[in-house]
Amino acid sequence: MLESLSKLVTESGFAGFFSNPDGWRNLVMIAIACVLLYLGIKKQYEPLLMVGIAVGCLLANVSSVFMTADGSLPDALYHQSLWDAFLDETSPYYHSYGHIMSHGGLIDILYIGVKAGLYPCMIFIGIGAMTDFGPLISNPKSLLLGAAAQFGVFFAFFGANLLGFDAQQSASIGIIGGADGPTAILTTTKLAPELLGPIAVAAYSYMALIPMIQPPLMKALTTEKERSVKMEQLREVSKTEKILFPIVVTIFIVLLLPSTAPLIGCLMFGNLLKETGVTERLSDVAQNALMNIVTLFLGISVGATMVGSRFLTLDTIKIVVLGLIAFSFSTIGGLLVGKLMYKLTGGKVNPLIGSAGVSAVPMAARVSQREGQKANPSNFLLMHAMGPNVAGVIGSAIAAGFLISMFGG
Amino acid sequence: MIEGRTILNVGESLLDAALGYLVVFIGLTLLMIVVVVVGKIMYSKAKKANAKSAAPAAAPAAAAPVTSKKLAPGSAGDVKIYDTDPRDAAMIMAIVADKLGKPLNELRFRSIKEVK
Repeated sequence: MLESLSKLVTESGFAGFFSNPDGWRNLVMIAIACVLLYLGIKKQYEPLLMVGIAVGCLLANVSSVFMTADGSLPDALYHQSLWDAFLDETSPYYHSYGHIMSHGGLIDILYIGVKAGLYPCMIFIGIGAMTDFGPLISNPKSLLLGAAAQFGVFFAFFGANLLGFDAQQSASIGIIGGADGPTAILTTTKLAPELLGPIAVAAYSYMALIPMIQPPLMKALTTEKERSVKMEQLREVSKTEKILFPIVVTIFIVLLLPSTAPLIGCLMFGNLLKETGVTERLSDVAQNALMNIVTLFLGISVGATMVGSRFLTLDTIKIVVLGLIAFSFSTIGGLLVGKLMYKLTGGKVNPLIGSAGVSAVPMAARVSQREGQKANPSNFLLMHAMGPNVAGVIGSAIAAGFLISMFGG
Repeated sequence: MIEGRTILNVGESLLDAALGYLVVFIGLTLLMIVVVVVGKIMYSKAKKANAKSAAPAAAPAAAAPVTSKKLAPGSAGDVKIYDTDPRDAAMIMAIVADKLGKPLNELRFRSIKEVK
């Protein structure tokens, strides 16, 4: 009787926290998962992904404490060791999805979609199907603001290098400044998969915090007069232009930078489905069912990479700080070019739309609208800010393509 | 350090960062030019098409000059519309009449103009 009770206690997960050398780290990560759940559910910080990431983190750490005597984790849903072997060139299981499929847990199998770059691209199809590029087509100068707002990507890349990260890790950290979750995940998976957990959490957390990060910078860098500028109404865009746009962008950008093909190709494919008017069913699936299913898998898989032994390091703190710097400098870059446009056009452009050049569609555009309306209650900047906002999506995809082509090996 | 990774010194990382930012700018600037050119082509085509369709339509319009000036029975005059869709103008007039609680034909709208 006592023997059975003793066996039950020693084999329980609670005992695992003490017997497993990384047990205390798993315990801390479970607490972090609960904090993320609180942020996602109560504070509604990007809940669609944050809740999935938190649950992935929770499941990975709860199931990782059942270590056997030989050090294996038979009941774990996610096995970091399998993925280490997958990436190790000297291992017999190097790039062996078969090994993952036969030995992995549920989340290992779901994670294959992240590793293969499948989920970010499918999400981009959905984003494309939900995006109206009309404001960008009617005001192509918005593209310059989308480019300017990638400043934080390269500033953080430089900063990360200074802090001792290698080029691949720095590129993955920098792309947080693109304020585009799928792009950050794809870039990190290709360049520095060991940092996927902290980078994904930082990217989505800061995207949710845009209404708090951007306004102080907007107020600091613009005058009341600049913020109250009312912009001219945008011209109407014909259906043909809207159909041509994704085709032209795909051909042009992919020829210019082939490494952008997965992101730009999928984004524009999704948009073409929306604009043609003859593929409504596919557009509907991309916007709703596909997007929701992939978001579900992506959140859980990315969250599962936050195992205690990898996440609780000094590097994670550095990434969180660099992510904030990246977001802030992207906003500054967009605002400064917005101010330049204000000067060059004789006060016709409201510089606040520049900050919307960081992707984060449509939250960054909404922040521009809100701040513009605070300065001038009759100001309606939303549609003007949507141009730089969607240009930022293309801009961050180009930035990611550049970094992947430079450091992707 | 992880095998196969690149370590950059300060100068190299600064150069790569500047090059990356430049590539993004060049890429989007060129795209802007392409979008502007495509937009201009589309605009000129639409203009030509409009001119063609306007020409035959002008003839029947000229054939009925006086009747168009006649007002509908009970109407309180005609309204000038600037930069506003006739449908929107009709809706605005209906909403105003409803809010005032008066029949539409007892109100006189002089003009409706979109405030920009």
